[in-house]
Parts: sequence; structure tokens; C-alpha cells
Amino acid sequence: MRGTIKDVSPFIDIKCYHCGLPCEDNVITLGGNSFCCSGCKTVYEILSENNLCEYYELDKAPGVSLRHVSEESYGYLDEPQVRKKVLAFASYSFNRVQFSVPSIHCISCIWLLENLQRLNEGLIKSEVNFSRKQVTIDFNPSKVSLGAVARLLASLGYAPSITLEGQETIRPINHSLITKLAIAGFCFGNIMLLSFPEYLGVDETDHRLKLFFSYLNLFLVLPVILYSARDYFIAAWKSYKLKQINIDVPIAVGLAALFLRSGYDILSHSGPGYLDSLSGLVFFLLIGRWFQSKTYDSLSFDRDYKSYFPLTINKRIKEEWKPILVYDLQKGDVIRVRNMEIIPADCYIHSAEAFIDYSFVSGESKPVYATIGDFIYGGGRLLGKPVEFIVEKKISQSHLTSLWNNEVFHKTEESRYRKIIDKAAQKFTWAVMGLSAITASYWWLVAPSQMWLVVTSVLMVACPCALALAAPFTFGNMLRVFGRNGFYLKNADVIERLAAINSVVFDKTGTVTHGASEIKFTGHLTNEELGWVKTLANSSTHPFSQLVSKSISTESLAPIINFSEIPSKGVEGVIANHLIRLGSPFFTGFDGEQNSKSKVFVSIDGLVRGHFSIETSVRSGMQVLISKLSSKIPMYLLSGDHGLEEERMKNIFPSNTKMYFNQTPLEKLHFISNLQYNGFRVMMVGDGLNDSGALKQSDVGIAVADDTAVFTPASDGILKGEQLQNLNQFIKLSKYAIIILKVAFGISFMYNLIALGFAVSGHLSPLTAAILMPISSVSVVGFSTLAVNWVSRNQLNKKN
Amino acid sequence: MEIIILLIFISLAIAIAFLVAFVWNMRSGQYDDTYGPSVRMLFEDKKKEKADIKTSKK
Repeated sequence: MRGTIKDVSPFIDIKCYHCGLPCEDNVITLGGNSFCCSGCKTVYEILSENNLCEYYELDKAPGVSLRHVSEESYGYLDEPQVRKKVLAFASYSFNRVQFSVPSIHCISCIWLLENLQRLNEGLIKSEVNFSRKQVTIDFNPSKVSLGAVARLLASLGYAPSITLEGQETIRPINHSLITKLAIAGFCFGNIMLLSFPEYLGVDETDHRLKLFFSYLNLFLVLPVILYSARDYFIAAWKSYKLKQINIDVPIAVGLAALFLRSGYDILSHSGPGYLDSLSGLVFFLLIGRWFQSKTYDSLSFDRDYKSYFPLTINKRIKEEWKPILVYDLQKGDVIRVRNMEIIPADCYIHSAEAFIDYSFVSGESKPVYATIGDFIYGGGRLLGKPVEFIVEKKISQSHLTSLWNNEVFHKTEESRYRKIIDKAAQKFTWAVMGLSAITASYWWLVAPSQMWLVVTSVLMVACPCALALAAPFTFGNMLRVFGRNGFYLKNADVIERLAAINSVVFDKTGTVTHGASEIKFTGHLTNEELGWVKTLANSSTHPFSQLVSKSISTESLAPIINFSEIPSKGVEGVIANHLIRLGSPFFTGFDGEQNSKSKVFVSIDGLVRGHFSIETSVRSGMQVLISKLSSKIPMYLLSGDHGLEEERMKNIFPSNTKMYFNQTPLEKLHFISNLQYNGFRVMMVGDGLNDSGALKQSDVGIAVADDTAVFTPASDGILKGEQLQNLNQFIKLSKYAIIILKVAFGISFMYNLIALGFAVSGHLSPLTAAILMPISSVSVVGFSTLAVNWVSRNQLNKKN
Repeated sequence: MEIIILLIFISLAIAIAFLVAFVWNMRSGQYDDTYGPSVRMLFEDKKKEKADIKTSKK
């Protein structure tokens, strides 16, 4: 089967049958369906040959675009030591592997990936975990190799992302919180049921029955206090040792008081105890924890430089190229890097010349030209033909990775902040201790025998359950609202830091501007001539030529004669008897202004016909965001790029914005820590590996990603590119979250005061406690949930 | 009234059995992916039939 290529006007909106993206340059039709690229067509062919076209029926245009995928051989997966690391289980005739496949996104994906055995006989079974975007494949290693399995996935557009560390630590799901919650809920329900007879007033003659219920309750509460509530006691003990008071201390004291007092009451036959309140409290507290623990499993917030580097590289061993792990590279090794691959270590160019795209490392958007003997920093991306390099430094000592030796990457993040809840808890604890002391001394004077009973009741009702619930529900709800709007936070604590932000630092490349370049043609060329230019540009591997070629949609079938490429000048060739030149002004004979660093001139038969200008385009929404932010928060712009675009940036940002160009990743980091030293709370918005240090150092580091399936550096939050303009709203919402939290604190204090009134006067019956505690928790939870939803609906609708 | 003690033990035993079953299910990963199984049950199971057609064609 062969597809035909035909010319289409770009105005007709044809969507690819496979991936659903608009077909830009040319449309390939096959079997009545249109495809945007040969990659998509190939997948369709594979599927239709194997009767797997049901794939297209389950969901409309379900495929993954293969336009920007660089081919990878996965040959390294067949090396014994790599295989051992990647496989989950291995025996002679049965292997199991778990791949993380970021491009899983719809029903069709699940269907296709679970029918893989119809494509290859060696596969036994495959199963998709949709929420974690993983696929587990069982296969027979004597029929198909691991590398071939990975290649099969990649050929269908489901390239597995493989990192050796990631593979070892595919995070086991933590079930312990749910288990604790389930046990607490179970015991709470049963204890409540068994306590009812007491409250409803069982006949005094049934004293034995009452005792039986009490003992049963005491037995049921043991798993709650020993297992479910364990974390609170451990956390309280830790904070006591650190001489810091956090919210866990009064909770643990309250729980202990409830348990001891109830145990005493039951064993001394003086009352039924407060066990239903105790288990209910633990149950509500755990619900709060569970609510706050929402995670975006398929996103990664902790990637370091290792995830960016290729896993293996071709190394020359005795005239043969063999894939070896990049971490095993030694000084003096000769390696070969292919087009679009990342150069893993600092090295010298050994053969030919190369264009290196450092945008990843430095933010510099224009590819750098380098020739034999030039020193290349690791992390650059090679454009063009394969090039050989001699390794100069091991990967762990290279220029780029030295950033990770900085101390910010080694200290725990949370310790820098004192959370609002802990500040409140501290005041609260002192107040409760003072109150208990006063009550104790009063009762000691009035009725010493009652003193302990009253003091324990004070400690019991002071247990700040509702207080502890306010933060998880407010922040947890906000986290969900953000997630629905394309802003994914690492955890709920980030919201609190986000609210305190008072300066914003932007990275230029990839954040303010798109990483990709935009080509504009100024001048006049006919359609036919445009086709010639495309043919000529296509023959050159220079990145500018590639960009020019991609920007032209008309094809020409005329052959090219006498093609030659003159380094740092341009390319020329004869097409249809016309001499066409593409390159620098001097080369093409242009005699106008010479400031033309990012322009490619075209001449036909010696006559200059115009130029292509290469620009990075500003993200849509950036202008809106900046105008919204400009009146409120000081902004800064950091760029690894040279100052060429300074003028353009000045048009976008307000005049008082400070801009810094030619910043190394380390300088960016220092810039942030300087701001912090001057008392600012800094939000860093960046995207690349080059911003990693700054993102980590900042109070809130936000990575901007157009496709959340691709790599993002370690950060506190991931923001979808198209949501960038709403960043202002997100900051505002987090400020509202703090206000809501404070009101919720107020409500919970109110209940505590009412309960304390009962306790201090010695009137706290088990029934009062059993009614007051759930009511306070439920009202705080209800208030914060409703308030967050109301505020966020108001705020996010206002923008439209 | 003594019978209520027996009844409570029976009801607790049943409830505990359910609790254990829940914890067991969860640990074995039944609730890890809540989306996949809901669509998987809708896929038509044509695997065998199609494979037969394919081999008969050859």
C-alpha cells in the first residue's frame, strides 16, 4: 500500500484520521482517510493489516501524532545488564515488563495496548493502568526481545519513557492511609452503634449488658488508637523533640486524654467513656488527610537532569559501535550522537562539524555552530548529521550537572516555611495549657477529687479536630479546582506559599516565548519558486534551512543540480534552470542593512527576492497576564539568551521590569536567592532544564508545559501552556483560600469555646461530646468546601 | 436479653469479614485504576474469531 501526496490549500481544514491534528504541509490519503504525516499513515497500515481498526471506532482520531518523534532503536534494552534492571520478572520463557507510557490518553489507547498480542506472537498479555499511564506486558523472550517490544510500542506512537531510576522505583501505591481510614471508619460505626443504648437510657436492671457494651467498645477502639491514629502520636513526639509545636501536638494530647479517661471510666465502672467521640475524631482527621493527599500520579514533579539524558549512547569499541550506559562513559571514550539526540557529557568534536541547540541548557534559542576540536557542553541537542565526540568529563562532573551539587538540591523544602496551621496550633496549645492550669487550680480548691476529671475533659474538648480539618479541606478543594483548570500542584502546601508571593520571575525561552521558532517571509515569490526554495532548503541540514523548508507548504518535483553548501554562508543549487541561493545577505548579493542575524535571504538568478525572518513567537496569553500582573507585583525577566530580543521583550513587559540576559543556570539560581535575601517571596516561572536551579530555589517554582506528558523539571507545580494567562487568577484564588482558612479557624474555635464551657464547669457528658465533635467537624468541612467552590467559580468565570 | 450478646458477636464477625475483604482487595490493587476496567468491559471480545479468519486466509 502506498499513499499519494497531493497539494492542498492551507485554508481547507483537513484533520488527520489517526491523530486528529490539522494536516499542515501535505495530506496523505489512504483508503479514503487523510493523514498528516507518514508516521500516522504507517500506524494505520499496521492496524488495518491486523484487523485492529476497531481502534478508530472507539474514539475519534485517537492516535498520537508521530510528527515530532525521533526514532529510537531501543537496542540497548537487549543488553543483559540493562534488561535486568528494566524487567519486573524474568524466567526462561516468560518475562514481565512495566513501561510508563505518557501518551496513553483515551479508550482506544487501552484497547490497542491490550490487544498487542495480535501484532506479535511473542507477546502473551498486556494490561493498561490508565490512571498511572502504565502498561504491563508479559512476553516470551525466546520469541521476541525486550527491545522489539519497546520498538513495537514506539512504532504505534506509544513510546515508553525509560529511565533506569524510574524503572526501579515505579512508585508502589501507598495503601496504608486508606487502610487506616477503613479501620477507623469501621470501628467508629460499631462503637457508635454500641453506644446508643447508653444514650437512649437502657434500663438500670441491664447493668451487665451496659458493661458488656463498654468493654466491647474498649476492645474496638484499640485498633483505632494503636494503628489508625499512630501517625499523630509519632508526629507529636517528633515535634516535641524538635521543641516545635505543630498541630499534631494538641491532637495527640486530646486523643490520649480521651483514651485514658474513657479507659479509666470503663474499668472503674463509673461511666461509658467517650470512645465514640475518640474514634469519630480519628476517622474525620484521616478523611482530611486523605482528601489532601490528591496526587497527579502521571505527572512527575521531581525529575532531575538524569531524566533528560539518553540512557545509552553508541560508543566505539574496537571499530564497532556498541550501546553503553551513559553513566559508564569515561574520559577519552569516542561516542556517536545522531540527529536530535542529546550530547550526554562535556566533550570535544571528533569528526565533521555540527550545529548544537543549547536551548535546553541555557535558553539560548539559536543553534551554535561548532567544528572539529571545539569543546561542547553536555546537554546540547545535536542537529543534523551524526557526529563523533570524544568525552572529556564524566557525566556527573560536567558543566551542566554541577548545578545539582548546589545545596538547594539537598535540603528539604518544607522546613523553610512555617505553615499558618502551625502558627495557629502554637497559640492554641498555649491557650489550652493555660486554661487547664487555671481550671485545675480552681477545682483543686473547690473539689480536689473532681480535679483530674475536669482537667481531662478540658484537654479532650480542646482537641483541635475541626481546626486540623480546615486546612486539608480548603487546600484540597483548591488543589482540585486548579487541577481542573490545567494547573497541577505537587501538594496542597504549595497553595499557602503561592498566596504569599510578592515578586514573579519569568524565564524567556519556552515561557514568555515558545521554544519553537516562527518563520515569516518578506518579499515576493511565486508558488512555483517557493517549491524550488523548499527543495533547496530540504537538501541542507542547517537548522535554518530545515526551518525554512518546514514553513513552505508547496512541493516542487523539479530535481536539484549542482547543490553545494558553503559553511557559514549558505546553500545554492540549480533547479529548473534557475540558480537559487539561500543564505547570508553577502552570499545572496543583498546590499541593504547588514543587521540580519536571524534572516535568511533568497536570490534567484542573482536577484534578491526577499528574506525569511526567524523569530520565536510570544505565547498567547502572555500579554494578558503581564498587563494583569504589572500593577500588582514586581516582575523580572531572566534569559539565557543573548540580548538580541531585548527590544521585543521591552514592548511586552512594563517599562520598570528588570531584564537580564546571558544568564547561566547558576546565575539564575543566585538571582532568586538574592531576591529572597532582600525579603521577597519569589515565584519562578520557567520551563527548561536551565531553570531547574531557579525553580528549586524559588518559593514557588512553576514549570510551564504545553504537553504534560513531556519532561518538566523539578518544580512545585506544572502549568499548562494555554493556561498561562490565568496565572494571575490562580494567585488570587490562593489568597482567597487563606481567607477561607482563617474563617474556618474562627468557626472551629467557636465550637471549642462552647465545648470548653461545658468542660470547665464539669458538665461534659459523653453525649454532649458525641454531639458537639461531629457537628464542629462537619460544619468546618462544609463551610470550606462550599466557600472554595463558590469563590473559584466566581473568579474563573470573571475572566471570560 | 442474653441472646443479644450472641447476635452482636455474629454481626461483628460478619462486619469484620467485610473489612478484611476490603483491605485485601485494596492491597491486591483492585482500586488502583478506576477508569480502565470501566471501559475494558465494553470492548467486544472478537479476538479469537478474528484470529481464525486471519489464519484461514493464509
